Amino acid sequence: MTLLFYISSFVAIIATLLAITRYHPVHALLYLVASFLAAAMIFLSLGSPFIAVLEVIVYAGAIIVLFIFVVMMLNLGKDTAFREKNWLQPKIWIGPSLLVLVLLAELIVLLIKGIDAPMEITVVDPRKVSLSLFGGYIIALEMIGFLLMAGIVGAAHIGKQKAKTLHRFLQEEAT
Amino acid sequence: MHQYLYLIPALPLLGFLILSLAGRHLSRSVIAWVGAGSVCTAALITMGLGIGFLQTPPANGVYTQLLWNWFSVNRLSVSVSLSVDALSLIFIFIITFVGALIHIYSTAFMQNDRDYARFFASMNLFVCSMLILVMADNLVLLYLGWEGVGLCSYLLIGFWYETPANCHAANKAFFITRIGDTAMAVGLFFLFKEIGTLQIPQILIEVPQHFANGANNGTLIAILLLAGGIGKSAQLPLQTWLPDAMAGPSPVSALIHAATMVTAGVYLIARLHVLFEFSPLAMSIIAVIGALTLFMAGCSAMVQTDIKRILAYSTISQIGYMFLALGIGAWSAAIFHFFTHAFFKALLFLAAGAVIESLHHEHNIFKMGGLKNSMRTVFLTFLAGAASLAALPLVTAGFFSKDPILWYAWSAENGNAFLWLLAIAGAFITAFYSTRLMLVVFWGEMKTQITERPGKRMVLPLIILAVIAVAGGFIEWPHNLMHLTLFSEQVQKVLPAVVLKENLPSEFIFQGIAVLVTLGGVYMAYVLYYQEKVTLEKWRQSPAMLSIRNFLLHGWAFDELYDTVFVQPFLFITRINKKDIFDQLYNGIAQLNVTLSRLLSITQNGSLRWYIAGVLIGILFIITMQLL
Amino acid sequence: MNHVNAHTVLIVAAVLFVLGLIGTLTRKNVIFMLISVEVMLNAAGLAFVAAGAKWQQPDGQVMFLFILAMAAAEVSIGLALVLQIQHQNKTLDVGDLRALRDEDINE
Repeated sequence: MTLLFYISSFVAIIATLLAITRYHPVHALLYLVASFLAAAMIFLSLGSPFIAVLEVIVYAGAIIVLFIFVVMMLNLGKDTAFREKNWLQPKIWIGPSLLVLVLLAELIVLLIKGIDAPMEITVVDPRKVSLSLFGGYIIALEMIGFLLMAGIVGAAHIGKQKAKTLHRFLQEEAT
Repeated sequence: MHQYLYLIPALPLLGFLILSLAGRHLSRSVIAWVGAGSVCTAALITMGLGIGFLQTPPANGVYTQLLWNWFSVNRLSVSVSLSVDALSLIFIFIITFVGALIHIYSTAFMQNDRDYARFFASMNLFVCSMLILVMADNLVLLYLGWEGVGLCSYLLIGFWYETPANCHAANKAFFITRIGDTAMAVGLFFLFKEIGTLQIPQILIEVPQHFANGANNGTLIAILLLAGGIGKSAQLPLQTWLPDAMAGPSPVSALIHAATMVTAGVYLIARLHVLFEFSPLAMSIIAVIGALTLFMAGCSAMVQTDIKRILAYSTISQIGYMFLALGIGAWSAAIFHFFTHAFFKALLFLAAGAVIESLHHEHNIFKMGGLKNSMRTVFLTFLAGAASLAALPLVTAGFFSKDPILWYAWSAENGNAFLWLLAIAGAFITAFYSTRLMLVVFWGEMKTQITERPGKRMVLPLIILAVIAVAGGFIEWPHNLMHLTLFSEQVQKVLPAVVLKENLPSEFIFQGIAVLVTLGGVYMAYVLYYQEKVTLEKWRQSPAMLSIRNFLLHGWAFDELYDTVFVQPFLFITRINKKDIFDQLYNGIAQLNVTLSRLLSITQNGSLRWYIAGVLIGILFIITMQLL
Repeated sequence: MNHVNAHTVLIVAAVLFVLGLIGTLTRKNVIFMLISVEVMLNAAGLAFVAAGAKWQQPDGQVMFLFILAMAAAEVSIGLALVLQIQHQNKTLDVGDLRALRDEDINE
């Protein structure tokens, strides 16, 4: 189990690193999928099978797919890759990396300060999760429902586009 | 009779109220009757009062009348109460009598002026204030009158306010006398702090007990009050306003700047004589200032070309004589000189006004001439006034009042040779410029034609004043000639007699010298201006003489001195402080806020990545705090 | 090596989070910024699950569920906004979206 953990965490980190540095959006998204799958493995190794599966289904399977839909709808492809390549010089990375590495250092220092205890990995099965979810966290669950409702309504409204009054050939002349 | 005391200032006040409130709706003759009538009635009451005073003198020699209690705060209780003794009576007589003649004259002089009512309203207010000044029982009421005459002087100098130069002259007069007034107010504060009362009789009793002879605080108070007198009486160093005050109409110059307001300083010093006597330093200062002023003003009068400016400098010079007499302790001589001076100076100003009007507002004496035969009456009255000014021996009142001053300048206990020399030089100069004035204006060829002749209302006061200018001196003869002391008898009921030195030479010698000097001045003017004009021409060519002449013409450059020392630095400071330093402090705070806000708003540049970076930095900061 | 230390998992989560942060700071394209945000959310969720697993409670997993739901809602709305941005501004560059800046006299 621990080996699984180390391998999947390694993969997750590498995949994330690659994901944020790609020029082509679809490439980045694919690496992101890999990162999430690795994360799911980490969850599995920590004894959370339910969450592992949920990660794959919802995160990798719905959210990333949504990303891909939008990328395809906006036709982001070669042009975006071209532009990103021009923009992303190595020197762009220096400033943020420095700041963030300082943060990382501080986080690691904070984390190490505490008591280091080994974790006993026991599987917490879905039954326990659902009992807790519909037991103590029922109100939060309902709020999440509201949230999702708001998300649907918001997305539907914001995504609406006004009907074009002119034919698109004519519209280009107008702009 | 003395229950009518209040009417004397109240009638002019009533005249002022009527004319200022309703003057626009009244006809000229009504205005003239109200304006001149109020002062004439006051003069009649004064004469009745005077006759009563001389026949049956009241107890303590004082008429008093308490009108009402003005205010009463803690230790200070001030009431509006009038008190008239011999000294006040002389002043009241001059003010009302000469004032009445001047008012009658003005009804004709100002006949064609648009602001007839305003003129008489201001004049009446002036007469009322001056009367309050000399009749006041306490120093606060006196100060009220003091301020009132200053106000009326300002109003009347700037009477023709549409000309900016007149307004400047009025402002200048007010500012300079203000300096004196402020010093006087401070002196009053000190006096109250020392003595505890401002009632004049009490002060005169308390001062000997309170101050040692020559004490510092007494001297300080005396000098401060003296400063007030110097301002009002146009003595050195505050004399610069009087020549410019000639911008007002001639009756104004006659009443205010010859006979009455400028003598307010003399009155103040005479009234508080005990205070001054207890400070020998103050007395010396008075004498020295008087002597210097009379000399310097006389020199300036020698070269002036404007007829009224000659008379203005002459007034400054004559009041210098009065101050000189006060300073050496010759109290009654000073008051007698005031008495005669009021008559002949008012006469001169009124006659000059008649001449100016007849020559259609020509002021330059070198453009006049030959009026001797065409304006006979004015000529004769002017001659009487000028002769009195020059103090021609025995025939003019001026001689009988100036001669004692010259004698006492040498012989009084505080007199010395320096003062006497200056006074004698002043006599020479006075005779010189009076004769010069007469010769240039009335003799010679006529350079400007006469456009109109003065009417009866203008000529009659001139005649009355001329008679008094000649005959008025006969009530007071010097000791060695005919010991007649009708005037000083009355004055000495209030003021002490002069103390003479020991072992004096005969008075005749000094009188002789004075007579010779006067005649010498007349002769020199005759030579220069009537006989040989050649010397004058030579002088006009030489640059040295011209520069001396210009220096004297500008009043010994006092205006320029004050401009350089006081006005220019002040203007400089106002110019550099144009943005007001203290305001800038507050503006600076506001500006600082705006600048900071602008600096901070640079961070709000709308760039999302900057915002995220900002959040990151904040988190770093907090965590670092946590770690430390 | 039968056990995993709690700290190790949390350090992994921290590293993932930091990587996402770098991505947010560096990328100019909105899509990539959203991707980086998703990375950060995932890392946070990992931390929660690790915590829950340490104490063998289901609470960690419940929290991760909530985070997941929230991420889903946020992504949908975010992508709808991206559509609008592309439609109106014809560009997906956040550098050009500066309408909310402080309009000062000097700028």
